Amino acid sequence: MRILVVEDDLEAQRYLVQGLKESGHVVDDAADGDLGLSLALSRPYDVAIIDRMLPKMDGLGVVAEMREHGNTTPVLFLSALSEVDDRVKGLKAGGDDYLTKPYAFVELLARVDALMRRRSPVTVKTRLQVGDLDLDLLTRAAKRAEQAIDLQPREFRLLEYLMRHAGQVVTRTMLLESVWEYHFDPQTNVIDVHISRLRAKIDKGFEAPLLHTIRGAGYMIRAR
Amino acid sequence: MAQMRASLRLVRTQAFRIVLVYVLLFAFSVSALLFFTYWNTRRTLDAQSDQIIEAEITGLNEQYQRLGIRGLAESVVSRSQHPGNALYILSDGAHNILAGNLDAWPSITSDPGNFVEFGYERSVNGLTEARRARGRLFPLRTPAGTFYLLVAEDVHDRDLTQRMFTTTLPWTVVLILVHGLLGGGLMSRNMLRRLDSINRTSSEIVAGNLTRRVPVSEAQDEFDVLAENLNRMLDRIERLMKGLREVTDSVAHDLRTPLNRLRQRLEQSQGRLQAAGSDTSEIERAIAETDQLIATFNALLLIAETDAGTARGTMVLLDLGSVAADVSELYEPLAEERNLTLKLVQPLGGGAIIEGNRSLVSQALANLVDNAIKYTPPGGRVTVRTLQDETGVSLSVADSGPGIPPEERPRVVERFVRLEASRNSPGTGLGLSLVAAVAHFHNAELVLDDNAPGLKATLRFPHPAARIALPQIPSRNAAE
Repeated sequence: MRILVVEDDLEAQRYLVQGLKESGHVVDDAADGDLGLSLALSRPYDVAIIDRMLPKMDGLGVVAEMREHGNTTPVLFLSALSEVDDRVKGLKAGGDDYLTKPYAFVELLARVDALMRRRSPVTVKTRLQVGDLDLDLLTRAAKRAEQAIDLQPREFRLLEYLMRHAGQVVTRTMLLESVWEYHFDPQTNVIDVHISRLRAKIDKGFEAPLLHTIRGAGYMIRAR
Repeated sequence: MAQMRASLRLVRTQAFRIVLVYVLLFAFSVSALLFFTYWNTRRTLDAQSDQIIEAEITGLNEQYQRLGIRGLAESVVSRSQHPGNALYILSDGAHNILAGNLDAWPSITSDPGNFVEFGYERSVNGLTEARRARGRLFPLRTPAGTFYLLVAEDVHDRDLTQRMFTTTLPWTVVLILVHGLLGGGLMSRNMLRRLDSINRTSSEIVAGNLTRRVPVSEAQDEFDVLAENLNRMLDRIERLMKGLREVTDSVAHDLRTPLNRLRQRLEQSQGRLQAAGSDTSEIERAIAETDQLIATFNALLLIAETDAGTARGTMVLLDLGSVAADVSELYEPLAEERNLTLKLVQPLGGGAIIEGNRSLVSQALANLVDNAIKYTPPGGRVTVRTLQDETGVSLSVADSGPGIPPEERPRVVERFVRLEASRNSPGTGLGLSLVAAVAHFHNAELVLDDNAPGLKATLRFPHPAARIALPQIPSRNAAE
């Protein structure tokens, strides 16, 4: 996958580019807004990672220009600014996701993967399947190996999100943001408890677990 | 009802009160002036009639002295031929008319020799009119018996003048009052409208829209001067807030950039060590410490921003009930895992609406629930409750844990304060400070109470109506 990184902190940029390359992506980089914009407009990218504060042209400006030119590349904003309404501004300007510095690389990678997935044309799905786990989005029924699973509404949304990102790492923050719509980290890690409840419902009594904990990163649902 | 309240509000304004006092004073002065004029006019007219009567009497007396009662009678008859306003009657002792221009002896409660007033009937253009006259009655004692002479003047003109005054006076007062009150009402409404526009602007600014300014009209009157001064003050406030915002932003930027590099370096070393098959537990601990540092920094920044109110623009009408339900749902599995009962108590029908920032209120409540779960021993109870009464809406978290001693309660909301008992449990020590900042941000009150046993933390919000709904004047929509 092709990724554009626009970041003026050169050390952070080097690390980011190296990490992304190690994860198997093709990466272009730019250190200011002008260059970033011309790259974004001249080549097709699957995801653009853009810092909020850039020399020559501010990150918000770059994305606004891209959208103006009909460019729909998913954009992940990186920001070192204080957060309260900066996220809203970033998303309003046309960003698709927002990550505050300092971030963990796994968090960034998981979000980049999610953005790419979002891009690939999806037919409107009415059922999701991972292995023998089956989620019907219309009747809101969950089954594993033809055995009905009773889920609370929030558990259903949690499982739906995980299954939509099957085979991808999903971080705790991503779950909090997407399933609970909270943009803050609770002091205690409450997500783990929700996950273990869900795990008890879908994996208990089955030989092959589907819901995996990825150490130091988050969770992933996948069939073996 | 609304209309009545609006007019009541009009009457309560300072302008209206001033106008009312002046109108009453003016009405009183005009009444006094009119009354004085009337009294003076009447006195003059009476004096005039009296003079005329005196002259007539002098003439008649002369006749009487010279020619006796017969001469007097002749004189009365001749004078009655061309009467004008003068009235004469000569009668015998039984009030039988002997001569004069009155048809019947008027009913006089007489006071002989003095001036008397009486009513009589007179035919004017063929119609009989009731009139009044003023005159003097003299008893004349002669050897032939007692006679009475009445000499009087018709006072119709004087009565007309009097009537004019008596009808004019109340009407004048009524007109003064009506015009005065109307004028006062208009003036107050005008002032209210100007003041309301200032009030509306200030409450929008309080709600976070710092770019609003008080409208200035072309009139350059005292209100415009006030508006301009307010606007200058607002410009200054806006600059200060922007400055504050820039400071937090650059502090955030200047600290986050190196923290970011630090974390990246740690991750890089961890990767290298892992690849070489070495032990990475030290590095992992360092990363965890860094994350704790970042969490503390973020919490501090958020508290500073919340305290400064830089996020005021993000206020919406918020249902506290749904915030409480969401946060309780988020924490319920954790409570169960710790063998605690987490209960949500809401009034039927909900409707605990406040004006607030959903994210901040959720985070404050999450901090309170988090604390409650952290400090309550297994088997205990945590209750999240929304409540609504006349004074406002409240959100509380009560637990059955050890509680906070009364003397420590004011201290725990300060930054970084952690009680001895909790020194070793994880946390930044900023949880309650953030709750306090969020409370302050929403004009709410954070109250820490004894739950006997345990702690009960309550956030008491004011009704949204108290701040949003500004007083309205009656025809504002029509005027705009």
